[in-house]
Amino acid sequence: MKAHRASHEKLHKFVPYAFLAPAMLLIGTFVLLPMISALLISFSEYNMIEAPRLVGLDQYGRLLSDPFFWNALLNSLLYLVVVVPILSFAPIFLSVLVNRRLPGIGVFRGIYYLPVVTSLVVTGLMWKWVYEENGVLNFMLQKLGILQEPIAWLAAPETSLFAVMAVTVWSGMGFYMVIYLAGLQSIPKSLYESADLAGVSRVRQTIFITIPMLKPYIALVSVISSIAAMKVFEEVFIMTNGGPLSQTETMVFFIYQNAFVEFDMGYACAAGIALFTVTLALSIVNLMLTRDGPDAGIGMYR
Amino acid sequence: MLRYAVLVMVALVFVGPFLWLLSTALKSGAENIFQYPPELMPRETTLDNFKRVFDALPFFSYFLNSAVVAAITVSCNLILCSLAAYPLARMSFAGKHGIFLVLISTLMLPFQLLMIPLYTIAVTLGLNNSLLGLVIPHACTAFGIFLMRQAFMAIPRQLEESAHLEGVNRLQIWWHVLLPLVKPTLATLAVFTFVGVWGDFLWPLIIIDDQTRFTLPLGVNKLAGAFGKDWRLVAAGAVLSTLPMMIVFLFTQRFFISGALRGAVKG
Repeated sequence: MKAHRASHEKLHKFVPYAFLAPAMLLIGTFVLLPMISALLISFSEYNMIEAPRLVGLDQYGRLLSDPFFWNALLNSLLYLVVVVPILSFAPIFLSVLVNRRLPGIGVFRGIYYLPVVTSLVVTGLMWKWVYEENGVLNFMLQKLGILQEPIAWLAAPETSLFAVMAVTVWSGMGFYMVIYLAGLQSIPKSLYESADLAGVSRVRQTIFITIPMLKPYIALVSVISSIAAMKVFEEVFIMTNGGPLSQTETMVFFIYQNAFVEFDMGYACAAGIALFTVTLALSIVNLMLTRDGPDAGIGMYR
Repeated sequence: MLRYAVLVMVALVFVGPFLWLLSTALKSGAENIFQYPPELMPRETTLDNFKRVFDALPFFSYFLNSAVVAAITVSCNLILCSLAAYPLARMSFAGKHGIFLVLISTLMLPFQLLMIPLYTIAVTLGLNNSLLGLVIPHACTAFGIFLMRQAFMAIPRQLEESAHLEGVNRLQIWWHVLLPLVKPTLATLAVFTFVGVWGDFLWPLIIIDDQTRFTLPLGVNKLAGAFGKDWRLVAAGAVLSTLPMMIVFLFTQRFFISGALRGAVKG
C-alpha cells in the first residue's frame, strides 16, 4: 500500500510538466530557438543558398553607415512621436462617449471597434482608394474649403508618411478605446456624483476627473502603442511600398526588404536586433508601469 | 439627441471608408467611379464585380485556406494554452518561476525579428508553402497562457479539491471541472486569435508562394497587384475577404469588450 502511494507521488511530480510540455515545446522551437538563431545570423553573412559565414560585428557596422537604415529608423521614430500622443489621448474621448447606458450604444462601440478587426491589407487598400488624387477625401476637403487643389496624399513626399500614420491611428483607435473603457470602470462613481452636485460640466469632469484617474491606463496605452508604432509594416507595404523616395520606409519594411527581397539574412537580422533593442526598452518600461496597474497581457498581443 | 448626433458623426469617420469601398464594389462598369462630384449610392447596383473576382482569381480556395488555418490555429491555442495554464495557476513545482520568466520574456520578442530564422526553420522542415506552416508560429502564445491562467485562478479551489479527493485525475479535473467554468475566457481567446489569424499578412507573405495555398489577405494583395487600377474589382475582393470576419464580429462583439475588461482584473 505504502509503496503504491510512493510511486503515485512520484508520478504526480510529472503532472505539471506534462501539462506544460506541448506549449513549451512549441514556444521553445518557434520562439526561443529563432531568437538565438536570429542573434547568430546577425553575426554572419547568410543568403539561404551558401552556408552562413561568421563575420563578427560587420553587419552592425554596415547598419551604422547605411543611410537607408538611418532613414528607416528615423521614420519609425517619427511615426512613434506623432502617432503615440494621438493614440494615447483621442481614444479616451471615444471611451467616454460610449461609456453610457443608451439604447443602441453597443452598435456604436462595435462600429468604432470595426477597423481593429479588419485585416490591414483591406484597410490599406480601402484608404488608398480614399486617398486617390481625384478621390473622395480630396473632394470632401475641397468642398469644405480646406483645400484649394487636390493632393496626391500617398505620392507626395511631404504628405506620404503622415497619410500612412493617419491610417494607423484610424485602425488602432477602437482597440485603445476598449482599454480605456476598462479603465473607466475602475473610477468610483461617487467622484462624478459630487462633481455633478457642484455643477461641474461634463467636459470639465472628463479633463479634471477622468483623465487623471486613467493615468495608469494612459501609461499602458502609450507604451503599447509605441511598440506597435515601431512594428508598422502592412500599411506601408500596401499603400506606398516604402515610397515615394523611401519617405515611408519604416524599420520593419527595411527588415522585410533586406531579408525577403535581397535575401541578405545577416544584415536583416542585425536590423531586427536593433528593432528588438528599441521595443525591449519600451517593454521594460511597460512592465515597470503595469506591475501594479492593469495587466499588459492583451496589449502585448498586438 | 445631441449625444446621438456626436455618436453618429464619429461613427461616420470609422464606417465611412467601408461604405465607400462597398459602394465602389457595387458600381457597374458603365458608371464612372472617378466622377466629380463622387456619388455614394451606385446608380445601378450590380454584383458583377464580385463575379469578376471569382473569374480572375480562385477566391473560394483562398477562403477555404483562410478558414482551415483559422480553425486549426484557434483550436491549438484553446487546448495548448489552457493545458499549460493549469499547472501555472494551481500547482507548485520546481522550475515554475523560470517558466514564468521565459514566458514573459517571449512577449517582448518582436515577431518581425523572429520571422527571419522562422523562415529558415520552416524551409528546413518543409513547412513553407503549407497551411501547417502558417499555423505553427501562432499555435500557442504566452498571451493565451496568461489569459487562461488568470481565469483559472479566479475559480474557488474547493471545487477541484473535492474532485481530487474523489480520485479524479488532473486531466479529468481540467476537462470536466475547470474548462466549463472558463468558457467566456476561452471565447475571448478564440475571437482574439481568430482576428489575428484572419487578417495576418506578413507571415503568409513570407512563406507562401504557391497560389493554391494563398489565404484571403494574400489573395486581395494579389488582386490589387494585378488589377490595381480596376478599383471596382479590388473593392469587391476586399469586401469579400472581410465579410466572414464581419459576420463573426457581429456575433462575438461582446467578447472583445469583455476581454479587455478581463485583462484589467489582475490575477
